[in-house]
Amino acid sequence: AHLDLKKIELYEMGWNLKDGLRECLVAAAPYGGPIALLKGHYRRSPSARPQLEIYSSSGLPLASFPWKSGVVKQLGWTVSDDLLCVQEDGTVLVYDLWGGFKRHFSMGNEVSQSQVLETKIFHSPYGTGVAILTGALRFTLATNIDDIKLRRLPEVPGLQEAPSCWAVLTQDRQSKVLVANGSQLFILDNTACTPVTPPGLSPQASSIVHMCVSFSYKYLALLTDSGHVWMGTSNLKEKLSEVDTKIKTPPKQMAWCRRPKSQQPSAVVMWDGLLIVVGECKETIQYHLDDDSVLVPELDGVRIISGTHHELLQEVPGACEEIFKIASMAPGALLLEAHKEYEKESQKADEYLREIKEQSLLSEAVRQCVEAAGHEHEPETQKTLLRAASFGKCFLSNFPPEQFVSMCRDLRVLNAVRDYTVGIPLTHTQFKQMTVQVLIDRLVYRKLYPLAIEVCRYLKTPEYQGVSRVLKHWACYKVQQKEESDEVIAKAVSVKLADAAGISYSEIATKAYESGRTELAIKLLEFEPRSGEQVPLLLKMKKSPLALSKAIESGDTDLVYTVVMYLKNELNRGDFFMMLRNQPVALSLYKQFCKHQEQDTLKDLFNQDDDHEELGNFYVKASYKDQRLEARVALLQSAVDEYYKAKNDFSAKTTEDEMRLLRFQRKLEEEKGEQLVGFSLHDTMTTLLSVGLHKHAEQLYKDFRVPDKRFWWLKLKALAEKEDWEELEKFGKTKKSPVGYLPFVEVCIKHHNKYEAKKYVSKVTPEQKVKAHLAVGDMEGAAEAAIERRNESEISTVLSRCSATTDHLLMERLNRAKATAVKK
Amino acid sequence: MSTIQTEAAVYSAVQSVVGSLHMAHTEWKDAPGLPDFSLLKRLARDQLIFLLEQLPGKKDLFIDADLMSPLDRIANVTILKQHEVDKLYKVELKPIVSSSDQLCFLIRPRIQTVKWISDLVNADKVAGRFRRYKIIFTPQKFYACETVLEEQGVYGDVTTDEWNFYILPLDDDILSLELPEFFRDNFLEGDQRWVTTAGSALRLLQSVYGSFSKVYGIGRCAKMVYESWRELMEDGEQRTRQPEFAKVFLVDRDVDFVTPLCSQVVYEGLVDDLFRIKCGSVEFGPDVTSSDKSIKVMLNSQDKVFSEIRNEHFSNVFGFLSQKAKNLQTAYDKRRGMDIQQMKAFVADELKGLKQEHRLLSLHIGASESMMKKKTKQDFQELLKTEHSLLEGFEIRECITYIEEHINRQVSMIDSLRLLCLLSITENGLLSKDYRSLKAQYLQSYGIEHLLTFANLRQLGLLEEQQAGETLTVMESKVGKLVNDKTVGKLTDAFSSLAKKSNFRALSKRLALVPKSGEEYDLRVPRDMAYVFSGAYIPLSCKLIEQVLERDGWTGMEEVTRMLNGQEFAVTGGSSSSEARSKTDAQRIVLVMFLGGCTFSEISALRFLGKERGCRFIVVTTAITNSSRLLEALLDNSA
Repeated sequence: AHLDLKKIELYEMGWNLKDGLRECLVAAAPYGGPIALLKGHYRRSPSARPQLEIYSSSGLPLASFPWKSGVVKQLGWTVSDDLLCVQEDGTVLVYDLWGGFKRHFSMGNEVSQSQVLETKIFHSPYGTGVAILTGALRFTLATNIDDIKLRRLPEVPGLQEAPSCWAVLTQDRQSKVLVANGSQLFILDNTACTPVTPPGLSPQASSIVHMCVSFSYKYLALLTDSGHVWMGTSNLKEKLSEVDTKIKTPPKQMAWCRRPKSQQPSAVVMWDGLLIVVGECKETIQYHLDDDSVLVPELDGVRIISGTHHELLQEVPGACEEIFKIASMAPGALLLEAHKEYEKESQKADEYLREIKEQSLLSEAVRQCVEAAGHEHEPETQKTLLRAASFGKCFLSNFPPEQFVSMCRDLRVLNAVRDYTVGIPLTHTQFKQMTVQVLIDRLVYRKLYPLAIEVCRYLKTPEYQGVSRVLKHWACYKVQQKEESDEVIAKAVSVKLADAAGISYSEIATKAYESGRTELAIKLLEFEPRSGEQVPLLLKMKKSPLALSKAIESGDTDLVYTVVMYLKNELNRGDFFMMLRNQPVALSLYKQFCKHQEQDTLKDLFNQDDDHEELGNFYVKASYKDQRLEARVALLQSAVDEYYKAKNDFSAKTTEDEMRLLRFQRKLEEEKGEQLVGFSLHDTMTTLLSVGLHKHAEQLYKDFRVPDKRFWWLKLKALAEKEDWEELEKFGKTKKSPVGYLPFVEVCIKHHNKYEAKKYVSKVTPEQKVKAHLAVGDMEGAAEAAIERRNESEISTVLSRCSATTDHLLMERLNRAKATAVKK
Repeated sequence: MSTIQTEAAVYSAVQSVVGSLHMAHTEWKDAPGLPDFSLLKRLARDQLIFLLEQLPGKKDLFIDADLMSPLDRIANVTILKQHEVDKLYKVELKPIVSSSDQLCFLIRPRIQTVKWISDLVNADKVAGRFRRYKIIFTPQKFYACETVLEEQGVYGDVTTDEWNFYILPLDDDILSLELPEFFRDNFLEGDQRWVTTAGSALRLLQSVYGSFSKVYGIGRCAKMVYESWRELMEDGEQRTRQPEFAKVFLVDRDVDFVTPLCSQVVYEGLVDDLFRIKCGSVEFGPDVTSSDKSIKVMLNSQDKVFSEIRNEHFSNVFGFLSQKAKNLQTAYDKRRGMDIQQMKAFVADELKGLKQEHRLLSLHIGASESMMKKKTKQDFQELLKTEHSLLEGFEIRECITYIEEHINRQVSMIDSLRLLCLLSITENGLLSKDYRSLKAQYLQSYGIEHLLTFANLRQLGLLEEQQAGETLTVMESKVGKLVNDKTVGKLTDAFSSLAKKSNFRALSKRLALVPKSGEEYDLRVPRDMAYVFSGAYIPLSCKLIEQVLERDGWTGMEEVTRMLNGQEFAVTGGSSSSEARSKTDAQRIVLVMFLGGCTFSEISALRFLGKERGCRFIVVTTAITNSSRLLEALLDNSA
């Protein structure tokens, strides 16, 4: 195994640092992120304030301001390119890329009391974390600064002074700390402190002086005081290699320099003026450094930043090595050669091609060239490789084009963002890991809106996640520009955003409001087509009437509820009711809510509106929910009053009747022990009649002006049910029946008394005669009646009831009669 | 967060099954094939399981009473048990007896229920009992519910989620939101909270089955639903797919109250009126099964017997069934004279089917017998006669007398109310004298609490007292006989601006809803949609749909829409290039959404219309309704 490294220059730094990086606290964000410097940090003179400066990766200034807060122990960047400044007292200040203060948070009392000794800022799948070693030699950890849960780790046994070195690991979905105390190693997790031993660590070492964890947390490198670098897996189960650097002074920095899926371990150790790369084999590679530098570990290499230069140190990718190795016979190399010859119009091209094709490795060759192009930094080399690939593709049928096409696109984007003016030196591997979305976010964050839009359009990112999103950010930025007038900004925003899909004007308006421009916010909200979206902000801006009408406009009841409930808490009762009064939809909704939750409020609402009708209904409803009679009567009385006020005499009278009925029912209940209270008038009478209280029933009949018909029906039914035929007959003779006599016939038949039924047949009106005869089963009589009336349909009815066998003669007569009736 | 995830889950599930969609319907005779709606069930089930798994471990599940049947169609007890549901309870708003440490509530977003849950939680707190509570609101949660949790101080103790179960396919062509309260909430209480639900349901259909080329609608609610749906579509991603429906028609229930108030006489409608079909299934009592136990039967197109009679006028059904019975006997008789081989084949292939058919046949015969017993009686005939007179505007005095007797004799609380409403709507309100006397008599029969019922009916315009000036309508109809139609139209316009009125008589005339009396109507060979009401009346809702589809919009119907209080719309969908697709199946499928419920009679009428026009209708309704359900929703005597 042999370690192949390449070091390329990314930028000549654009900054002008007098003393280089000396006496600076430096932090550079991974994925080609920004660089923060705290200048004059180590000078510690009380008069001179340190200066905090932020630069792009190419050294272009982004922000600069004097540091006025406490003593900074550590700088670091979050995954979303925010700057963290950890102070001695455990307060962490968060700044944006442009030096704007965002917020601060504390790492807890314990930390502020015993002060910060050392800090490490780390990234995990849960976000950006902060680990602190306090003056009391205890560790405090926050895994995600956006959702701070402080964890104090267990004590390290026997720790008397600051440990020689430590690092944060992420294992088993947990952040842990690895601490070296002399030659002892411990892993600290939430609950325990476990001593561990790296397998095969050379015995000469009496102390571990430095350690580093790989970007992926999978690998660990330890440097001992004997100058040995031990490399292995971070779970300490496997040793990969051990190399003697032969230098015994403690280094300044150490980092892994290994690309994903690489077969070899490789770490970089930096001393003053010297950089050593150690790998699997015993040999080491040394670089001389002119200047003070910092190492920035990346996913697939290490960046080295010095006062003047910015370089990338990387293991040479497999594809590039295959192609560019001297005298390589790899298919990619041959293809590149073939293409070169072709350009020269030499026939050798054909020979090379033939050689590849004979081994049927042409598609492999194309793949190699495409892959290698991705790893190359120089556009010229990229082009050469891609041209070669394209050339090779011509001789292949069915070669899928996707890889080639997407590589061309990716490289175009990468070259654009690597540009000095942009200064994001991403490698292709990093870009793929980071995704386009995140890259666009970063461009937006750097206010590179036109470039971001270009990228979106070029990569055909769906508008929703692409162009629209960028425009929205642009607009949010635009509305914060204090020097322009509301009108100008509102117009500019609406013009730019007009035809973009999925734009939320309310978000932009929120930004405007947050920067103190309420009027602008309202103007912008006018552009928001979804009125529902306008509401929350309007509420925030205390424009409640507008919010309420917008909510109602949106047709979203839920939203109306939101506003109504908000107003209920915000306004005094009188104002609240007044506002509802002007908004019937909101009012009816609130009434709905009150029906279930606040009955009394409902009453107040009706009262305020002088809605006596509804108040009456309200009391009626309340009355039949109440079990106690007095309460019921009292409620009904209130209802009566309200109904009179509402000039609803009908309801008032009816309710008064009900009160009388209730009293009557109760009296009778007490006297006769019949269950009556709550029955309707009809049911009360039915009950009375069925238990033989005819007098009382009759009293009700008179008192309540019950229609004659109803009373007759009731009595009829009651008597028949008791089969009191004598009484029925008497009743029938009291006066002329208002319901006629057919019901008498029917009721008797219903109780299977044909004999009694027949008594009434003669009294039935001529129109109902046929029915009556049929009811008692008198076919003869029915026929007689029908014929007499010469009514065709009645004759037919009788006919349909005749049976052909028994009523033969009758049917003949009927048919004859029918014939004459029809003629008529 | 979780809702986003679940939605994502649903939509990714949509994506994965969408591919297999078109396979199901390859058969293509004269009618266009219908989309496969069972997919909606699968989506709902998957999401429910996902939600249940969010609360790992054994748990007791409390289900809203009216969600029981719909839930059963989606995930039966076995499936629930598989996902660690221990015991199932019906929500009864009473204290509970559960020993489980995890309680899950599957409920409609109702304030009352949420309050009950809050009380439970608080009671547990007092008793020092620790449990985990999860409320799954379906189809969505409402802010008001969360407010209640907050007010009751249990917001932090309860986790909430949404089960976006918007649509239950009841049959091949019936989709239901199963939201009976939609009607009362929206039309009576003025609470529009369900509008977005209906919009979401349409969006779901659109995202699964493709976009629509044209949308028509009438009614305030319809308009709002359309708006809400449009906004949802703008929010989400557009999927360009071959649409499975051509057109959508949205209609508010309050556009046509007459139809649901009429007695149903088509078999399926009658079964609903008599036995109450619940969620696509009916329980036939002992009088039908002619045994001592009740039997639950699913009523849908899977039932071969039922599917042939469901749309028939009930007078034809009995004859049809007896013919069917004879055929069945013949099929059984084939066994005679078979050799062993044939017999084997017969038993293997046909016998099971025959037996199944036999079982169903005997049930339906039982049902129609019981129907005939009840419905051929004198009083039913008289009831129908009265209804028809009202529809025709004929012998109104006799009708009023009939209704009076109906009330006085306490025949049926709901039926009396129904006739009163029908009288009021067809007559544009009752004369003051009649209104007061009938109302007083009704209150005597059924109690004073119906004062509130009457208030509700008045609010909805179902039962009104004519104001002094309004007798003009009577005038108008008289004038109508003297002058030509155009003048009548103008007069009607002038009148309708006076008040919100039903204008039934004028509408009926303009749309020819009531066929001329005296003509014979052969119910066995229906000639128009009127057959669903014995030839006496074409459902207004269906007539509107027919007219609009025919005209491809509302042009030429200005007077009609004015009489219906306007609010009509017709929108052409953005994406369709109608020329290219005009001949596909989809172009002949029309989705009709009833907001506030639809009756089986209307569904039958639309099926008939579809057959006539060579298209298919798919009915989406907030719930299946009929006169009883409609009126019961407006009673105010319980809660």
